[in-house]
Amino acid sequence: MTGNRVLDARIPAGPLADKWDRHEMDNPLVAPGGNRRKFTVIVVGTGLAGGGAAATLGELGYNVLNFCIQDTPRRAHSVAAQGGINAAKNYQNDGDSVQRLFYDTIKGGDYRSREANVYRLAQLSTGIIDQSVAMGVPFAREYGGALSNRTFGGVQVSRTFYARGQTGQQLLLGVYSALVRQIDAGTVKMFPRHEMLDLVVVDGRARGIIARELITGEIKRFAADAVVLATGGYSPVFYLSTNAVNCNATAIWRAHRRGALFSNPCYTQIHPTAVPQMGDYQSKLTLMSESLRNDGRVWVPMNPADKRRPDQIPEAERDYYLERRYPAFGNLVPRDIAARAAKVECDKGKSAYYSPQSVYLDFADAIKRLGRNVVADRYGNLFDMYKEIIGDNPYEVPMMIYPAPHYTMGGLWVDYNLQGTIDGLFVAGEANFSDHGANRLGASALMQGLADGYFVVPRVVASYLAGAKVSTVKADHDAFKSVENESRQHLQKLLAIKGKRTVRDIHWDLGRTMWDKVGMSRNRDGLLEAISTIGKLRESFWHDLALTGTDTDLNKQLEQANRLCDYLELGELMARDSLMREESCGGHFRDEHQTPEGEAKRDDANFAFVSAWEYTGPGKEPVMHKEPLVFENVELKTRSYK
Amino acid sequence: MSDSSANKNNSPSKGMTIHLKIWRQARGAAQGKFVDYTVKDIQKEMSFLEMLDILNEDLVRKGEEAIEFDSDCREGICGTCGLVVSGVAHGRHAGTTTCEIRMRHYEDGDTITVEPFRAGPFPIIKDLVVDREAFDRIQRKGGFVSTNVGSAPDGNAILVPKEAADNAMDAATCIGCGACVAACPNASASLFVSAKISQFAWLPQGDPERSRRALAMIGQMDEEGFGDCSNHGECEAVCPKQISIQNIAKMRREFIRAALRG
Ligand SMILES: Cc1cc2nc3c(=O)[nH]c(=O)nc-3n(C[C@H](O)[C@H](O)[C@H](O)COP(=O)(O)OP(=O)(O)OC[C@H]3O[C@@H](n4cnc5c(N)ncnc54)[C@H](O)[C@@H]3O)c2cc1C
Ligand code: FES
Repeated sequence: MTGNRVLDARIPAGPLADKWDRHEMDNPLVAPGGNRRKFTVIVVGTGLAGGGAAATLGELGYNVLNFCIQDTPRRAHSVAAQGGINAAKNYQNDGDSVQRLFYDTIKGGDYRSREANVYRLAQLSTGIIDQSVAMGVPFAREYGGALSNRTFGGVQVSRTFYARGQTGQQLLLGVYSALVRQIDAGTVKMFPRHEMLDLVVVDGRARGIIARELITGEIKRFAADAVVLATGGYSPVFYLSTNAVNCNATAIWRAHRRGALFSNPCYTQIHPTAVPQMGDYQSKLTLMSESLRNDGRVWVPMNPADKRRPDQIPEAERDYYLERRYPAFGNLVPRDIAARAAKVECDKGKSAYYSPQSVYLDFADAIKRLGRNVVADRYGNLFDMYKEIIGDNPYEVPMMIYPAPHYTMGGLWVDYNLQGTIDGLFVAGEANFSDHGANRLGASALMQGLADGYFVVPRVVASYLAGAKVSTVKADHDAFKSVENESRQHLQKLLAIKGKRTVRDIHWDLGRTMWDKVGMSRNRDGLLEAISTIGKLRESFWHDLALTGTDTDLNKQLEQANRLCDYLELGELMARDSLMREESCGGHFRDEHQTPEGEAKRDDANFAFVSAWEYTGPGKEPVMHKEPLVFENVELKTRSYK
Repeated sequence: MSDSSANKNNSPSKGMTIHLKIWRQARGAAQGKFVDYTVKDIQKEMSFLEMLDILNEDLVRKGEEAIEFDSDCREGICGTCGLVVSGVAHGRHAGTTTCEIRMRHYEDGDTITVEPFRAGPFPIIKDLVVDREAFDRIQRKGGFVSTNVGSAPDGNAILVPKEAADNAMDAATCIGCGACVAACPNASASLFVSAKISQFAWLPQGDPERSRRALAMIGQMDEEGFGDCSNHGECEAVCPKQISIQNIAKMRREFIRAALRG
């Protein structure tokens, strides 16, 4: 159903390059000292976005309550990011600039993101590196002592900063160090092992959350003057993904049910290089960083019947299909393109020996050119990880890889100030939809997380608090009581089903449907089928779910069931959004909309907008509103990496 | 080319039967006990935790409570998982976390004991889940550079020799899992704390607060009840990131340097 609301992103006036600076000048401030301490801000999430925001708000003197699911904030899923973080520093003198990073990101996102947000992201990128270095993040360096860079997909400059294959870990530990400093100073109160179950809205404003302490099961109320959600991505809707097993959509989905519009759920990133699936017992897929495509060459045997071992396949009988199809970018095409290209080859029956869903990523040339030691220095930890999983040694046998769900560009709708459609609700990091359009470029999520966390959220939340005249609301308000009761009853209802299907069993089925019908390529019939299958799975969930234990104890099966319940609704919305979008762009590929060469065919005349879905009640068809995308600074072109 | 992957092309490897002795302890209980379980049809490519997932599904289907254990990334980087597998923290395979262990290291019919990390400062919460917040409390005392967002100079304003950056990175790879404590006969946290102190000590950015940091973090470590280091080296042996025990020597030097300067 299409609604008639046209969303206003509240983009500041003026030239693109001046918008953020002018906006900062125009926004009201809260004076330092006692005034700031009067305000309480809830930040849910301790990844780069949430942890960065909580620490920085603490530094500024606000009273911050910070939540995470893990036993310590330092384990947020940002920790798993491998390859690197982009910044327009132009340290390599190869022609990089804020303008180029902006342009690459808009183009990489297939012209489905908001110009003003992306420009701000590119502007803030440089400060992130400075800040992280100052905090003691041990980025890779050259012998002369300067910072090193590597190249990532979809761009022709070298602007990615990295710390071996553990860039996310190091950036997160930087965030964590800032956070513990504020915890010690008393500005930030940390609530580890606390899961947000719902948002509390009073008089149209976000005023707090209901959270469950995961050890005791106690359900608690927390009131605040503003709420920031930075709860990460929701790729485990596919069950198998590169994400951690506790990643979830619960916080944003419950906010959605309370009135926050949800944008672009059809845009999911399938990463081209993960370890192929091995069996149906699996709990996750392991990413092999995009940085590997700097030196690795992707190929399949030319002949579909060829199931020889890779070392027995002569050079002339190999198809380096990315180099063949995209000579300008070769192995470094953006993720969506590389992923779909692997699927195309495998659909033709051409695959690595391991399984029909696998292709080679070969380092033989790189080892010849650079020597084994250099390759080990760059990718050693990834090679070790791979060897432990598959058993082959990638120094000797080409790696085998296949695409896997990895990142969700969709998320809660936010305006330029990262504010959702509920006043006082801010959404940052992977949880919002704002910066990556239909496809995210590698090394840009860490950049967005820290730009939001260190720079944008502290500023926009401050101006909200200064300008909004927020009345006092305490946690004993009736709204808190009733939402708390709903949360408790929901969990008790799950425990009372007492069926025979485990959480994993149902989640697996949801994941397979999402992967087959709402994955790398979609079509109308498949999407309709997915919507119907997911509906049936929801019924099965409410009739057949098997749980044991209680809600007043540590009970991870119950936690997972609660998250699955939301995935079963979100999955359907992803299918509906895909069905609505009658074009192909970025990570959203509709079989019906492709060029004769099999490339994505956008329809700018009809689909240059952000979808923003409204929740209308359980089992009811959602209503879609729109934010038109206006491009004043870039010309919409067919994306070409040829 | 290894056998396990060769299997895949021909016929899938035949499932193994594995016997497990798993520590069960109710929340708040002073004591727990080992309970025997048998899992069937375990594939060589499975991870150790996937085997426990399967066992948990069986238990829930039978109406029994699942075994609680912590995990998140399941690829060896977040430090959430941590089990003592047949007597060794993170299992006998060097350089891996519990979640990275693959069942190919086991044979059909093997018996494996599974326990939580045991140490006074890591109280057991339930079954295999322990409380490691003591690490956070140590880090709060000085595991940071006191710089606020907005005050940083250009990233290349201070050059850092590659060797120093590499050394800092070697220490910084610590995932804070706590295996070092679990393996140490004295339950010392020296490897963890020294890795933090070294990381900052190697970098010019960490220099101004070097003394204060070393004294405060070591002080908190003692306060939490972690034991002294007596150079057993068990910590280095089990560390999934192979953090070097040389960091402990460096920490001692940092401590003496700080104490001398007052
Ligand atoms: C394997 C892997 C490799 C990657 N590599 C790169 C890379 O090289 N470069 C790059 O730019 N990007 C990379 N990414 C993407 C990037 O890491 C993420 O997009 C980014 O780190 C997300 O940060 P975040 O702060 O938004 O969320 P997260 O870091 O996921 O943090 C989410 C936080 O929210 C908390 N939370 C979630 N739900 C709740 C709830 N209901 N209640 C309370 N707390 C909750 C969690 O506990 C956590 O603290 C990678 C991603 C993966 C999976
Ligand atoms: S689960 Fe993350 S290290 Fe094992």
